[in-house]
Amino acid sequence: MQPAVKRIIFYVLLFALWEGAVYVFEVSPALLPAPSDVFVSLYEGFSNRTLIYDLGASFRRLFLGLAIALLLGVLLGVLLAKSKTADETLGSLILALQSVPSIVWLPLAIMWFGLNETAVIFIVVLGATIVMTINIRTGIINVPPLFIKAAKTMNYRGLRLFTKVTMPASIPYAVTGLRLAWAFAWRALMAGELLSAGPGLGYSLRFASDFGDMARVIAIMILIMLIGIIVDLLFFQRVERKVLRKWGLATD
Amino acid sequence: MFLTINNLNKSFINKGSSELVLSNINLDVREGEFVSILGPSGCGKSTLLSIVAGLTSASEGNIELSGTPIKGPGKERGMVFQQAALFPWLTVLENVMFPLLPVMSKKEAAEKAKHYLQMVQLGSYTNHSPHEISGGMQQRVAIARALAMDPALLLMDEPFGALDEQTRSRLHEILENIFIETKKTILFVTHSIAESLKLSDRIVVMGTQPGTILDIIELDFPRPRSQSKEELLSYEEKIQALLKSEIDKVTEKEQKHAASR
Ligand SMILES: Nc1ncnc2c1ncn2[C@@H]1O[C@H](COP(=O)(O)OP(=O)(O)OP(=O)(O)O)[C@@H](O)[C@H]1O
Ligand SMILES: [Mg+2]
Repeated sequence: MQPAVKRIIFYVLLFALWEGAVYVFEVSPALLPAPSDVFVSLYEGFSNRTLIYDLGASFRRLFLGLAIALLLGVLLGVLLAKSKTADETLGSLILALQSVPSIVWLPLAIMWFGLNETAVIFIVVLGATIVMTINIRTGIINVPPLFIKAAKTMNYRGLRLFTKVTMPASIPYAVTGLRLAWAFAWRALMAGELLSAGPGLGYSLRFASDFGDMARVIAIMILIMLIGIIVDLLFFQRVERKVLRKWGLATD
Repeated sequence: MFLTINNLNKSFINKGSSELVLSNINLDVREGEFVSILGPSGCGKSTLLSIVAGLTSASEGNIELSGTPIKGPGKERGMVFQQAALFPWLTVLENVMFPLLPVMSKKEAAEKAKHYLQMVQLGSYTNHSPHEISGGMQQRVAIARALAMDPALLLMDEPFGALDEQTRSRLHEILENIFIETKKTILFVTHSIAESLKLSDRIVVMGTQPGTILDIIELDFPRPRSQSKEELLSYEEKIQALLKSEIDKVTEKEQKHAASR
């Protein structure tokens, strides 16, 4: 049987079981709504456009935050790869910060920027910048020395060597960095919105929860999951696989 | 003299202690000559070539190309490495254009690159990616790329080492034709006696630990060499005898080292 078929059967069974359990045990919708209620809520959200509005607001922040993070990440990554001193000092700080989930910066961010968008974007930027920096640095450090040697015998040096060889050679790492930056940013954004101001998906989720509308809560959770999967699977993993194959790094 | 290497020494610092890799290398190469460097693994052939390429600096001695000391890489010297070292993000054609782009327009570079790709018989593979062609084809692209700069001196470090026998012998023909056609001076590193006998005007036989020149053998035979198989046999035996004592030396040292542990 094809994996896709197995998967469809699995999800149909899962939802049927869930639906059945809710009816058989008469679970209160405040604890766990039936999947049919969740889908109705999802449909309503789209037809009255509130969810579309939330999506727009979340994505606006996400892209703004990601754009800043990518720019910073590339600059910092190049700095760490090229300067030994920067790598030994700033590099250690960045590695240390990597183990801190960016959401824990929210209280400070709220003090600095207020309970608003800027604080959320700050969290997004922080989370994504760190992974991007680390991947760009690794990518540049791992450029095969043979490429550099070959280019030198062809009279490439300095800035031209960097832009024509070092940068393209490190693209596989940059793509991985981008994928991780997106994943970190998406998680940071949801956490940030949940704990701070709206509009946005995370904010609407908390709003629904405050009113005991669990069907809406789960509807938004599913939406968050779907977006994460779609972007990662349909976009990043494809691009990554293509790049890895072209750069001769794929294992297959 | 075209290329002169005078009293060249090279040491590497390995874990604090200095290790002499090349000792007292003297070599003169005439313009238009095909010189092979033959020697056991680790005798410093790649190091010597890398010094001539300007990628590594000598510890002592001097190297001059047409009277100018070599201080770094230069476009009058092209290099082909043991691995093709093609850039995977560029097509075959773009790889060959790579050395040309800084000095001419894209259009001119493409024309020129196509010419050299035809010379290595890859004219119909211009739009392929390096990973889409075989190892032997990749190596030919690397040769075309090195030729595209029109260097006076072509440095080749075991360019066919990783290839199978049939491919290798086809590439020998292609290289010999290029050599005759373009009148380049070629410095060719190999560890195959047959390869060096087939291709070179002179063979530099190197010994190891430290790397020294044991002998330089003149081969005054017409090309292609397949006509002079008999005469070449005596040279093969001579070189084999020279190298055998070297390999024995390495083995003996290894055994001593093993015994002392
Ligand atoms: N960058 C380096 N640092 C330290 N030692 C080096 C370095 N490069 C080469 N060596 C040493 O110099 C010696 C000669 O190396 P080289 O690569 O020139 O040998 P080779 O003759 O090309 O061997 P092969 O036929 O296996 O390619 C070796 O003992 C090697 O360990
Ligand atoms: Mg070598």
